[in-house]
Amino acid sequence: MTADDFYDSDEEIDFSDLREQYEVKLEEGLDTFVVVDGLPKVPEDNKPKLVKFLVKKLQGVGKTKEDSVYMPMGDDGQSQGFAFVEYETSMQAAQAVKKLNGLALDKKHVLAVNKLTDIERYGREGRIDEKYTEPEPEPFVEQEHLRSWLADPRGRDQFILFRADTVGVYFNNKKEAPEMTVERQFWTESFVRWSPLGTYLTSLHPQGVQLWGGASWKRMARFPHPAVNLVDFSPNENYLVTWSNKPIVYQEGMPGITAEEDGKTYIVWDVKTGKLLRSFPPIESPQEADKPPNMRKKIQWPLFKWTADDKFCARVTPGSSISVYETPSMVLLDKKSIKLEGVVDFEWSPYSPTDEELKKPASEQLLCYWTPELGNQTARVSLMAIPSKEIIRTRNLFNVSDCKLHWQSEGAYLCVKVDRHSKRGKSTFTNLEFFRIKEKNIPNETIEVQDTVINFAWEPKGNRFVLIAAGELPPANAAGVAAVPKTAVSFYAPEKVKSGPAGQFRLIRTVDKKNSNAIFWSPNGHFCIVATINSQQSNELEFWDFDFDGEKRESEKDLAANLSLIGTVEHYGVTDVEWDPSGRYVVSSSSMWKHTMENGYHMWDFKGVSLREDHIERFKQFAWRPRPPTMLSKEQQKQIRKNLREYSRQFDEEDLIMESEASAIVIEARRRLLEEWRAWRSRIERDLAEEREDAGLPPFGADEEKEMEGATVIEEIVEEVIEEKEEEIA
Amino acid sequence: MFERALTQVKYNKDGDLLFSVSKDHVICVWFSQNGERLGTYHGHQGAVWTIDSNPTSSILASGAADNTVRLWDIKTGKLIKTWDLPTAVKRVEFSEDGLFLVATTEQRMGHLGSILVYSINPDIEGEQDDEPSLKITCEQSKATVVAWSYLNKYIIAAHENGTISQYDSKTGEQLLNVQVHEKGPLVMDMQMSPDRTYFITASKDKTSKILDVNTLQVLKKFETDTPLNSAAITTKKEFVILGGGQEARDVTTTAARQGKFEARFYHKIFEDEVGRVRGHFGPLNTIAVHPAGVSYASGGEDGYVRLHHFDKSYFDFMYEVERTRAQH
Repeated sequence: MTADDFYDSDEEIDFSDLREQYEVKLEEGLDTFVVVDGLPKVPEDNKPKLVKFLVKKLQGVGKTKEDSVYMPMGDDGQSQGFAFVEYETSMQAAQAVKKLNGLALDKKHVLAVNKLTDIERYGREGRIDEKYTEPEPEPFVEQEHLRSWLADPRGRDQFILFRADTVGVYFNNKKEAPEMTVERQFWTESFVRWSPLGTYLTSLHPQGVQLWGGASWKRMARFPHPAVNLVDFSPNENYLVTWSNKPIVYQEGMPGITAEEDGKTYIVWDVKTGKLLRSFPPIESPQEADKPPNMRKKIQWPLFKWTADDKFCARVTPGSSISVYETPSMVLLDKKSIKLEGVVDFEWSPYSPTDEELKKPASEQLLCYWTPELGNQTARVSLMAIPSKEIIRTRNLFNVSDCKLHWQSEGAYLCVKVDRHSKRGKSTFTNLEFFRIKEKNIPNETIEVQDTVINFAWEPKGNRFVLIAAGELPPANAAGVAAVPKTAVSFYAPEKVKSGPAGQFRLIRTVDKKNSNAIFWSPNGHFCIVATINSQQSNELEFWDFDFDGEKRESEKDLAANLSLIGTVEHYGVTDVEWDPSGRYVVSSSSMWKHTMENGYHMWDFKGVSLREDHIERFKQFAWRPRPPTMLSKEQQKQIRKNLREYSRQFDEEDLIMESEASAIVIEARRRLLEEWRAWRSRIERDLAEEREDAGLPPFGADEEKEMEGATVIEEIVEEVIEEKEEEIA
Repeated sequence: MFERALTQVKYNKDGDLLFSVSKDHVICVWFSQNGERLGTYHGHQGAVWTIDSNPTSSILASGAADNTVRLWDIKTGKLIKTWDLPTAVKRVEFSEDGLFLVATTEQRMGHLGSILVYSINPDIEGEQDDEPSLKITCEQSKATVVAWSYLNKYIIAAHENGTISQYDSKTGEQLLNVQVHEKGPLVMDMQMSPDRTYFITASKDKTSKILDVNTLQVLKKFETDTPLNSAAITTKKEFVILGGGQEARDVTTTAARQGKFEARFYHKIFEDEVGRVRGHFGPLNTIAVHPAGVSYASGGEDGYVRLHHFDKSYFDFMYEVERTRAQH
């Protein structure tokens, strides 16, 4: 290599980042100036009054003083309707442009605030055409159908597989290899995520977030949040929240964000327009931020929680308040946070009243929050209606260590899992406080559990639930490794009642001495997996049926459930379990992010019958593509359920044809392989025989065959006398 | 049972004896029918890496880390010849007719790896030549394993760089050199088919391949999820047996299943996995199949030799296409 080559390669290095950092900003000095236009024209006498008034307005966003305002006077002795103002910093000047531009002073006068540098840049003669020309409307471009995958003739669901550096989207083919629709290397730089209705696939990059979709998997949107770590969607995919652990350091020329975002860590975006709606600073206390990253408290995610209709989003400032924002403006409801001393956490009801219901006065969005014991006030869980902020139900609680709020998927029930301690604080146990939201006066009932409940899950669209309780921690074993306590899994259902609301919740059964730690309900209820994940001891998945079609135990005959264990399987190293959107299949996977060996996924049907096993090197992530809610009416769904037998016969036939086609292909391939091998062998054997003959040797194997024919097994029995003794028996 | 890891197991041509060598310094011989030990051969001063018996089961050859190749009288256990070499010997193999022995030596201490061929005097009492009849120096990359083709035509060698060479066994000329396995992970084993017209390799790159000895063309490829140490071709049935496992230092926990210490059976023609046999507590280092295809033996890092006799279902197992073809 010559010296010239070195120079060449040097030139290719991209210095733009360094250049940006170190380039001297020539306009620096003028950046603190703004031009205020749209002022009333006043004579000399009134000028100080106007300046005083103006400064008052201008100080709302930054520091300036009357001396810093220069208002030129015209030849006619009147001011000319504009002024130059100097702020202390360029940041303040930028704020002024953002906040004060368009501000109405009175009915006639509206302020126009621009940076002086902008006026220089754009206002010079010739820079902008004097004549207004109508902008050309952009021609309409047909967009790809964003839900094209739902039109699959076989109604298959899709999923993503992320392995090594490649992310791919595939159709589920049950036992057969999945059908690839797209595969891209380096599609994401940390993980991928589906939007809640399955429209977009989200990828994360150091520069921000990208959304992909449509049949061609093209890029749909970009959200430039530098060093983004986490993303979250609103339930209807209208809004996106991004978070980075590093506050944004704003620099001129960053796309999509403004100086406003400096120091912020959370950004709320409009998904369809790609616009930034609002950004938020970190909520952690300054002491917390100073700690090294591994010492800090885990961040709460998602911090911003949405109502089911995307109309409101809210976040808690632990200890003091809940802030409810209205969309799409993202301004605080009634311009202020709701002060709630001590508040720890809250959850929205996942049910939003329909437009029809909203016409009735009582229907509002519900949120549930809890506050711990404070001074002489007991711990308390409350239900608040939004937007009225009316508290419609509260319940006082005693000796509370912690609460978790669990809404049933339709918002019909709320379970507050209350971890309590005995008066002396020695032992802990759990109370479950149930609220029946849809019933008059929101009645409450309590279930006491002797041990600490570590996991709780409602049946989706149902009124049954599963909980896992852990006993006292056994002492560490000899090796000093803390043992994991055995767990007990309990199943509950309401009592059977003839009519009216569901009966009291009653225990169906408890299965103890387990290691189970996770509950995965089928998306349509009815079936439930109780699993042990991320565990060294056990890798068990138990498939439970809540409406088993068979004999019911006498002791459980009064309950609205017939519980039966229908399958138990093991998946070594399982870290994640996910049902497909239809509830027909479930995938357990072992991701290299959490487990080092035998990564891959395993697909089961709802009964726990293994369909497919795929071991994949450097496997990272499996995720089913969510489906939007069905567009069929209740009547249509009922009709389908009625004719299910008819449909299932049709599907069985289709499956059979598919299977036999697939196996025909396999058989054909095998036949070909066999023929090829046999042909090759007979050629080689013939050649070998010839060569042996030339060498004067008998054909290969001839002598052995002869030997084999004459071979007989000779068994020799050799008796050796070790000792002989004569004894007389009396 | 050995105190240390097994390095090679091998049946004699009749299949009644099974020889085994390990990292302790002793060679053992067993009855293959019942696993009873028949005897041992003492003399090596280092880990014994390799072993082979001649077609008449009179002479045993062994190679070891003590830089020697030795010949033994199988019947009496008497040492009949020692060749001192500059480096350790990783593989020895008798030719089909038993008149030649090939050995491969390590590259170390300024010595390049080499492939040596010795003429063998089949008379136990007779003199053995002191010098090899042929010496091939591996200039590019040392040979890890070597084997004879049919009729002593070629010597096949697998190299450290993942290539496989075909040498003329008379002149030592390299006729072919093909990149078969990945560079880096070593090719650990190479075993010939009974008629020595094709052979199977086993590589740490987690694959095993069947190649034609004449063209070095890859005929079959078996992909697994674990580094492989050994591969054997079964007779009677169209299978191959592969063995390996995560090395001890890569296994983070103790559960045996995580290390993948299983013998895996693949269909030789269809390349599908058909079954696994568990049992070892460590990686499988070596596998050998009985010449008549009635049993197989495996030697593990755990110090155990496991001897398995095939049952009726093994012989009955057939793919549908094989069955229909067999009926015609």
